[in-house]
Amino acid sequence: MSDKPAPAAPQQSRASAKKELPEHFRGYKHVWVFVELERGEVHPVSWELLGAGRKLADQLNVDLAAVVLGSPGDATRKAVNESFFYGADLAYLVEDSILGDYRNEPYSKAVTQLVNTHKPEILLLGATTLGRDLAGSVATTLLTGLTADCTELAVDADGSLAATRPTFGGSLLCTIYTLNYRPQMATVRPRQLPTPVRDETRTGRVIEFKADLDEDTIITKLLKFIPDRESAKSNLAFADVVVAGGLGLQSAENYQLVRNLATVLGAEFGGSRPLVQKGWISSDRQIGQTGKSIRPKLYIAAGISGAIQHRVGVEGADCIVAINTDKNAPIFDFAHIGIVTDAIRLLPALTEAFRKRLSPENADRLAG
Amino acid sequence: MKILVCIKQVPDSAQIRVHPVTNTIMRQGVPTIINPYDLFSLEEALKLRDKFGGEVTTLTMGPPMAADALRKTMAIGADRAILLTDRFFAGADTLATTYALAQAINKIQKTWGALDLVFTGKQTIDGDTAQVGPGVAKRLGLLQLTYVSKIVEADEEKREVVIERRAEGGTQVLKTKMPCLIAMLEGTNEVRRGSISDSLRAARADIITWSAKDAEIEDLTKCGLKGSPTIVKKVFAPPVRTDRAAFVEPGKNAGDSADVLIEAIFKRHPALEDDMTKLASGF
Repeated sequence: MSDKPAPAAPQQSRASAKKELPEHFRGYKHVWVFVELERGEVHPVSWELLGAGRKLADQLNVDLAAVVLGSPGDATRKAVNESFFYGADLAYLVEDSILGDYRNEPYSKAVTQLVNTHKPEILLLGATTLGRDLAGSVATTLLTGLTADCTELAVDADGSLAATRPTFGGSLLCTIYTLNYRPQMATVRPRQLPTPVRDETRTGRVIEFKADLDEDTIITKLLKFIPDRESAKSNLAFADVVVAGGLGLQSAENYQLVRNLATVLGAEFGGSRPLVQKGWISSDRQIGQTGKSIRPKLYIAAGISGAIQHRVGVEGADCIVAINTDKNAPIFDFAHIGIVTDAIRLLPALTEAFRKRLSPENADRLAG
Repeated sequence: MKILVCIKQVPDSAQIRVHPVTNTIMRQGVPTIINPYDLFSLEEALKLRDKFGGEVTTLTMGPPMAADALRKTMAIGADRAILLTDRFFAGADTLATTYALAQAINKIQKTWGALDLVFTGKQTIDGDTAQVGPGVAKRLGLLQLTYVSKIVEADEEKREVVIERRAEGGTQVLKTKMPCLIAMLEGTNEVRRGSISDSLRAARADIITWSAKDAEIEDLTKCGLKGSPTIVKKVFAPPVRTDRAAFVEPGKNAGDSADVLIEAIFKRHPALEDDMTKLASGF
């Protein structure tokens, strides 16, 4: 990177440094989305990113490209076609048997080589275990900026990526720019963004890329993959109905009231961060910035005050119902329906009322 | 086995308050803690040291007060602690942070010998990026193992490490070579309290404090705000929706309240009743 100019002296407003994009970065064009293909399945966050990437590309008047890595075969080719259905104009396809299972070394090498060859201005990845493992390696190799766990992506007036994410432990939001380096990289957590409409009539160009990879030079080997038991999987992020509890429940025992309602509704259950810290629920049930983002049709928040870090994880819900004794709790600022009452007393009654209302007899009546 | 654990002193996020008018963080009086995720990595490092012998060094970059967090790591059982502190590091984003840390780690290796393992936390609770570990690994050319749920085997002779790693939909069992960087998943071990003798030793110990110069950092333009490709343009509270929640008046008992609440939900979203009836009956 000897051709990199010396960084400008710190200024009062560093935003004014924006016009000084170094010459060698000016050719970087187009928006890329890394399509996360693991064990034959594409992680749905990739489609969400293509939806966001489509808007950025349209505003910038550039192409949206999907980056698909995988072993040669149907699953990889299918991922390419699906990327077109979800909005990509073209796909960079890196097929290699070395890329069958995710490993940091070959994946970061392949993505870095692809970026250095085809030069995107924006590169988006999912903030998943795979995406976070990969993004840090790629950004560090490229010596560019990376904004992790964004909740919103936009293009500002002069074409820079404005990436917004929670900061200070989720108590405020901040907007971050990568001004003088390319690509501008960002990760977004699953379910933070809506899934775009899938259009099977869409198609696109495939650009095959041969990455310089050699299994003999890759030190880390996958010995085994142990799939999760079906019963152990939490469907929290993708559930249609979610019930969650917060500190307003007052005790670990009272959390059972949340589970009871969830059982009657056929819903998933979760909780706010303090409940995980207190050990009332496991961390995979945490909803919010450091837990899971959710986009259910109905979200019932019982005894949750609604800190920003929780808010950013649930704002995609169609209907947010808040139960809290404090009428000034921030959750009422973004809930759609609120009731000022004690969740500990309301939840059992709500469970019983829903049980009656949603009983199979009523189902027959509705079907008739 | 020579092991390094990178830690960070963070504000106890449960106690952070935002000033309602100025939207600034009210830091005063907020207690600091060792980033909770780092403790699982520290414990794993201590377990390996106890088994194989050797030493555990802890490292942090931060203001002088971060020495408190390092002292705590020694009370838990670390053998040595190093604080990297200098005004040049202020305002660093993840890329600039990994540069300074990697340079300091090189200096540590020059001073006390080559490291076998470097640990970091999965992420911090203040930045939440999970990117510093991978960045440090890349800068040092270390193999990288994140979201590790179990160290199955560490063979000092063969220089091999076998671990279990949390992946989407399952667990990867990976074999790699030392030296490598490991970020443990939370809840994967029981963090020790530390012995009384460790507490006494920690209370008396010198925390080794390095400036950028002491750490032999070559290029100060790669540190701190100067070395950060990202720029925070604005910090703000999310806009309050103009329409606050539609409040439902509680009834005279919980049963009545439940009924009016359900009515309000289905009135607002009529399609929900059909969907939920199906869901409730297990469709």
